[in-house]
Amino acid sequence: MLRDITLGQYYQTDSVIHRLDPRVKLVTTFFYIISLFIVDNWIGYLAAGLFLLAVIKLSKVPFKFMVRGMKSIVFLLLIAVVFNLFLTPGEPLVTIWKLRITKEGIRLAGFMAVRLVFLIMGSSVMTLTTTPNNLTDALEKLLKPLKFFKVPVHEIAMMMSIALRFIPILLEETDKIMKAQIARGADFESGNLIKKAKSLVPLLVPLFISAFRRANDLAMAMEARCYRGGEQRTKMKPLIYRKRDFLAYGTVVCYFAAAILAGKILW
Amino acid sequence: MSIILDHVSHIYEAGTAMEFAALKDINLTIPEGQFIGLIGHTGSGKSTLVQHLNGLLAPTGGNIYYNGADIHDSDFNRKELRSKVGLVFQYPEHQLFEIDVFTDVCFGPKNLGLDKKDVELRAYAALKQVGLEDEYFYQSPFDLSGGQKRRVAIAGVLAMKPEVLILDEPTAGLDPKGRDEILDQVAKLREETGMTVILVSHSMDDVAKYVDRIIVMNRGQVMFDQEPKEVFGHYKELEEIGLAAPQVTYIMQELREKGLMVDTGATTIEEAKNSILSALRRQR
Repeated sequence: MLRDITLGQYYQTDSVIHRLDPRVKLVTTFFYIISLFIVDNWIGYLAAGLFLLAVIKLSKVPFKFMVRGMKSIVFLLLIAVVFNLFLTPGEPLVTIWKLRITKEGIRLAGFMAVRLVFLIMGSSVMTLTTTPNNLTDALEKLLKPLKFFKVPVHEIAMMMSIALRFIPILLEETDKIMKAQIARGADFESGNLIKKAKSLVPLLVPLFISAFRRANDLAMAMEARCYRGGEQRTKMKPLIYRKRDFLAYGTVVCYFAAAILAGKILW
Repeated sequence: MSIILDHVSHIYEAGTAMEFAALKDINLTIPEGQFIGLIGHTGSGKSTLVQHLNGLLAPTGGNIYYNGADIHDSDFNRKELRSKVGLVFQYPEHQLFEIDVFTDVCFGPKNLGLDKKDVELRAYAALKQVGLEDEYFYQSPFDLSGGQKRRVAIAGVLAMKPEVLILDEPTAGLDPKGRDEILDQVAKLREETGMTVILVSHSMDDVAKYVDRIIVMNRGQVMFDQEPKEVFGHYKELEEIGLAAPQVTYIMQELREKGLMVDTGATTIEEAKNSILSALRRQR
């Protein structure tokens, strides 16, 4: 049940996308998301869709795996679509009682849906093809200039890597505790909202306790290995750009220009 | 009151790179009242198997019958099944959540929809069954020692009055004394109530003393399903899959090789002692 959440999970396989420098993937994802919010016409979204499709194809992660991650945002998606559909002023197409669906509403709702789907999928591709360790290494490197302004870059990166690392662990733990309570007759599904919320207590209390216990153990283990922050820490596998990484940057720049300009010129 | 597994298989994450067949074509009959040891190495599928017995996991192939009814039929009451087949998970103390021990044990029977008095009677009886002293009943479960927490968690399942009790590695992380206490308590419980008990473990020494039947799992398949002494006779094959026979078996085998006519089928220290003494007497 909880295995369906793919966001933040790594998919082990060997592909061009997996081998890319994590910095490339991070920057690409960032610009991809920006492009999704700049673009405001169908041609631009077509370009974004094709780009995403190509990357997914190259990454060798089964498409089914990406779609499974979408299940968790279906609700959010529905809200966004419904609100845009009914609350956008403009030329009315259909009127049911007090609700009006306008031409602009359909357009905006469609864009919003596509935007959200691409956004989640795009960032899923990154997390599915990059190990959490690599990802935070990249983040640390990219944010290094901020150190000048006394931003604790290393600490932030470490916190992120721990958080990411713990997502699957806590999911598994949740699954286990849930099963244990179901075995004791707990019911997480039926009943009204209040009853459902109450039924979560036997799940959340043990989960919090276990999270604190794990945090404590981890802090102890880090101290035992003399961890004391980022000063003069070296890497076993330092990040080095290769030819394919520059190629990837080039492709991304081309996509970014194409997605924005194509719409502006052809529309 | 029996459980039958008919060609049961279970595949995790089918269709992805992480696809993993945890159970392959398992056929077992678990009759009423038996004390069974389910042994296997880490990752052999034993935990997956026991989660099928109370319907927490559905097999990806095959069927499971409880008293002749398929537990995955749409009209089968799985909630009732979970009260009949009590499953105590690994490290069960991690599931405790209530403000005091007694309330926590009440959770199971309360979920069965019993009235308050029945719930409390059952909780009290269950805590007595696991041998917890009254003084701990109104303490926070988090203030107890590891062994005590585990007893409370086991009581939480016992309070549902199961007909079959499954304990998944009940001794993991306990010291030898705590281990013996828990296992002795389980054996005593079984004698008193006559319930079916399935003890999951990776240690033969844990189960040798108690069980009437041992099921050895390896890579998702049943490797041996026999009486303890017959299973231990295969000690060489057991070693190959990373398990070991009880230490008693090794001593008896070696004594036999040295020429002392002892019974190599002895499984407990008591049996071994008697066998060695009588062999020595005969020699003289």
